[in-house]
Order: sequence, then structure tokens, then C-alpha cells
Amino acid sequence: MRTWRLPADVDTDQLAPGPAMKHGIDVIARHCLEAVRPDFAAGVRRGDVIVAGPHFGIGSSREQAAAVLVHLGVAAVVAPSFGGLFFRNAFNVGLLLLVCREAERIGDGVGLALDPLGGLVLPSGGAPLAVEPTPPFLLDMVQAGGLLPQLKARLAARKESRHGT
Amino acid sequence: MTVVPPALSAHSAAEAPAAPATLAQKLVARAAGRTQVRPGEIVTCRVDLAMFHDSSGPRRLKPMLEELGASIWDKGKVVLVIDHYVPEADDESRRIVRLARDWATEQRLPHVYDGLGICHVVLPQAGHVRPGMFAVGGDSHSPTGGAFGAYMFGIGATEMLGVVVTGEIWLRVPQTIFMRWYGRLADGVSAKDMMLHMLGRFGMNGGQYQAVEYCGEAVAALPMGERMTLANMSAELGAQTGLVAPDAVTRAWLAERGVRVDAAALEPWHSDEGADGVRHAFDASALVPQVALPHSPANVASVTELPPTRIDVAYIGACTGAKIDDLRAAARVLAGYRIAPHVQLLVAPASRQDQQQAEREGILRRLVEAGATVLPTACGACAGYGGAIGEGRTVISSTARNFRGRMGAATAQVLLGSPFTVAASALRGVVSDAREIIG
Repeated sequence: MRTWRLPADVDTDQLAPGPAMKHGIDVIARHCLEAVRPDFAAGVRRGDVIVAGPHFGIGSSREQAAAVLVHLGVAAVVAPSFGGLFFRNAFNVGLLLLVCREAERIGDGVGLALDPLGGLVLPSGGAPLAVEPTPPFLLDMVQAGGLLPQLKARLAARKESRHGT
Repeated sequence: MTVVPPALSAHSAAEAPAAPATLAQKLVARAAGRTQVRPGEIVTCRVDLAMFHDSSGPRRLKPMLEELGASIWDKGKVVLVIDHYVPEADDESRRIVRLARDWATEQRLPHVYDGLGICHVVLPQAGHVRPGMFAVGGDSHSPTGGAFGAYMFGIGATEMLGVVVTGEIWLRVPQTIFMRWYGRLADGVSAKDMMLHMLGRFGMNGGQYQAVEYCGEAVAALPMGERMTLANMSAELGAQTGLVAPDAVTRAWLAERGVRVDAAALEPWHSDEGADGVRHAFDASALVPQVALPHSPANVASVTELPPTRIDVAYIGACTGAKIDDLRAAARVLAGYRIAPHVQLLVAPASRQDQQQAEREGILRRLVEAGATVLPTACGACAGYGGAIGEGRTVISSTARNFRGRMGAATAQVLLGSPFTVAASALRGVVSDAREIIG
């Protein structure tokens, strides 16, 4: 689990560029962050974590901006603040976001352990940093892999209870 | 068309004297079936209206609905607008648009607007947005509905799936940030300048995903199109929604489009005196035309303090900047003139209704005579989906966003301004102050 440092104000159009939007997520993934960090799309490994400056994900409602990070295997994004729409979208597609005021103290390419329940992230060789508590229903959503699997389970349970009585 | 939606009324708080509440809190409370809500608490709201377009809607919803084996909770509350990939420029666009059309037919959706304009403008023009509603849209500029006193905000496709299946959505009750504009705007200064000024001051996340309410005499004096520009760009401010309390102007605009709202029905939809919130005040009469420089809507300067900036393209388009009020502003500047020979002026009216109105008023003719090329009533170059901007071009645009590469080439330099400013800049070939021309 290695970190990728990104600047402030990374917007949805950098995560999922407009010209790639008519294509599937695999094509969007090739262009993810190409304007900010051209080595990211090819270099990111499953379980890596993005550490960014404030206002990560500002801009459009395009959910692909979050889904593309899930597709590329990103485990979480840690930043001092997020675009509100991106924040909802991320949890809906199963991506964990952690609000950490001191995120910018975390280096690039370092190991980072996440403890959302304990309210901490632990950079390797550094002091633990506090993260804001995530509402439990959002942690559940990430655990389930997003809203779609949750809805699936809910509908299945409803069907079962109907058949069962 | 005329729509007669169910009655929307706030809960009467007969049981207990309610604490003063903001408009946003009242709208959320009604949708949550509560008498009162507190900022910060998480509530579940019933959705009165769900809008999506060809990019965010069917192509994402159809496979997920099939995977779930679920159906739409209430088709009468769903609106599909096909605006992003029309007119179809290539095979992928054709595939996306065909999928949207086929799915709409298969689902027998009662409210489909195909190639008639941009969703945020078509939606109220077709009578779907009304004061008091709680609505979601599959697009970030959905707060535009807030201009009508509806709590409306943008969501992504999976969350839209949740709404479409359950009719509900969760919400963290927002704080209200009041943006009070006193005084009167000078001629040639508009809502876009107000918005850019606020963006320059608070930045792109200044709204902190709370509710912004625009108020004061300068806001009350704005026509609906201008109020829509304010509410629309609440997205750039990073607010969840942007509201204007509905009034006689709102009622008159809706009535012209066949939606009757009693004065009494508007009664609950305002912020109470003494309601909690963050308050900012601005002097409208001191405001001069503003522009956002590349590559952020918050990178704002006054036109008057800008060094000479040569432009190649002037773009009047999008839900933000090509409504009838915007076209009128541009035509006032350009009537009887020709644009600078090196400039390309592109005008993409926000909707068919606005385009027809502009034709009736002779506005479109005046723009064409000045040298404008009229493009289809669609999202077009705003999001780089169609007719995108070429390498190295300097553009001044009446749209909402100038992120690097959004409108096309990453080497393009995009400035944002009001339709007045875009038209004046087209005329002179450099970024210009329209007040010098119309004054």
C-alpha cells in the first residue's frame, strides 16, 4: 500500500477527462489524472492510496471520477476536504474517503496504514494522523462494495420475506 | 405542456412553536416528513422529481436496474433530457443516444425531451420544477432548480439508481450561507458577474457542500433567467444547492409556462427572520464585470484591471450562459456591429424555447448579422462532448467551468465571463467591458 501525492483542487475532469467519457471505464482509466500525474494510470497498484490537497474531486457529478479509482485498485483517498458530490459518489461506488486535515504531511511513495474505525492513518516512519469519523452507514456501504450490492441485498431480503410468509 | 403535480405544503407546526428555520431547512424537513430538522443531522428524504440525461442516465441506469431486477418507483416523477451527445458526432455518441431513446420507449417514460435543449433549462421550462419541491438531478448543475425555491442537487449514477428504485435519498441537513446583495446592478453587469465575484472571494469549495441562499434587493430584482445563473453556479461554489426564495417573479414566469402556483402556496418557502446561518453581504452597485482566468472559475479578476487579452473564440452557450436573458444581453452589445475579423463567435442557445423566443425578438438575426455562428441547442463544447475547442486557442465563454482541457484541448486557454462581456470581447477581439459599448 503506497501513497500517490496529488496537489490541491484535483477536479473530476482530471480524474475522468471529458473526451474519454463516451467510452467505458477501462478507456477512462488509461487517461485518469494524465494532466496532473502522467505516471499514475500505468503505475498505480491495487491497494495504493491517493493523498491529496484540499478540495479533491471538485467539479462535475460524473461518477466515473470515483469509479475509475476503484477500477484502478485505489484503496482510499486521504485529503483535507473533498467536493461534496464526489464524496457521495465515492461511497456509492465503494471507494473509501478519509478527511485528514494534515494529509499534506504524508509523503509520496510511502507506506500508509488505514484505520478508519480508530480515526487514524499511519504513515510508515511517521506519526499517526487523525482522520474525521466516517458515519457508520457509509463505512458499511464501502464494506459492501457500494450502493448497488447493498440495494441487491435489500431487494433480495424483501423478496425472501414476501415468499417466507 | 402543463403539469399538475401534487400539492406541496410545509408541515404545520401546530404542536410546538417552531424555531426560526432557513428556506433550505424547511424544504428538507418537508421532504423528510418532519416538522423541523437540525443542521448536521442525517435524514432520509422522499424525492418529488428525478432528472437525468443521456450521459448520466439510461446508459448507466439500464444495466444496473437489470442487474437488480428492479423497476422505476414512479415514472411520473422521472424526467429524461437528451442533451449531452446530440447532435450525434460519432459512433459512440450515436450508440449512447440510441440506448437512451430505446430505453425511454421500452420503459414508456412519460417525460422525455430529446434534442430540445439543456436539461437544467428544459426542466423548468417544461413545468417540472416548482417551489417547495425536493429534487435530484444526474448532473452537477442541478442546483439550477433552486432558482425556483426547490431543493435540488446533483448526484451520480449509482445514487440515481438508488433514487429510481426507492424514491428516497439520504441527506446531511445543511447549514445555510446567506449571500445578501443590496443595491442595484449597473447596466451591463449581470448575475454571472455576481457569481464570479463570490467565487473569487470564497473559492471553489467555499460553499462547503452546504446550502447557499441568494437574497437582498439586487437578487429580488433579477429575472428568472438570471436567478437560474446564480443557482446554477452554486455547483462551482461547492454548495449542495443554491436557493432563491420564490416570489411574484417566480409565479409569473411559471404561469407563462402553464404552471399555476397560488401566492399562498409560496407562503412557507422563505427563511425566517433570526434563522441560524452564515451571512455575507455585497454591494451590487459597486460591482464591475468579472472574468475567471484559466484554469479555474475561482481565478477571478475585474475586466477593468485586466491587461489587453486577445481572444480567438467567443462562446455563448450552456445552461449557465445561453438562456433568453443571456442572448438578449449579447444582442444588445452586438446589434448593428460586426465582430473582430479574427474572432469566431459561437452561439448555442440553451433550449429550443429560448431559441424560438430569440427568433421572435429578432435577437438571433442580429447576432448572425454581427458574425455569429448558431450551433445546436445542446451542451456542445461546454463539457467538451461536442464541437470541442482546438489546440492553443484563447476562448472567452459564458459557460460555468474553465478547467484545463474541459472544453477540448489541454492547451486551450479558457476565460469565463458574462454574455455581455463575451459579446463585447467578440466585437473588439480582446477581453472588453460591455459598459463602454452599451453605455
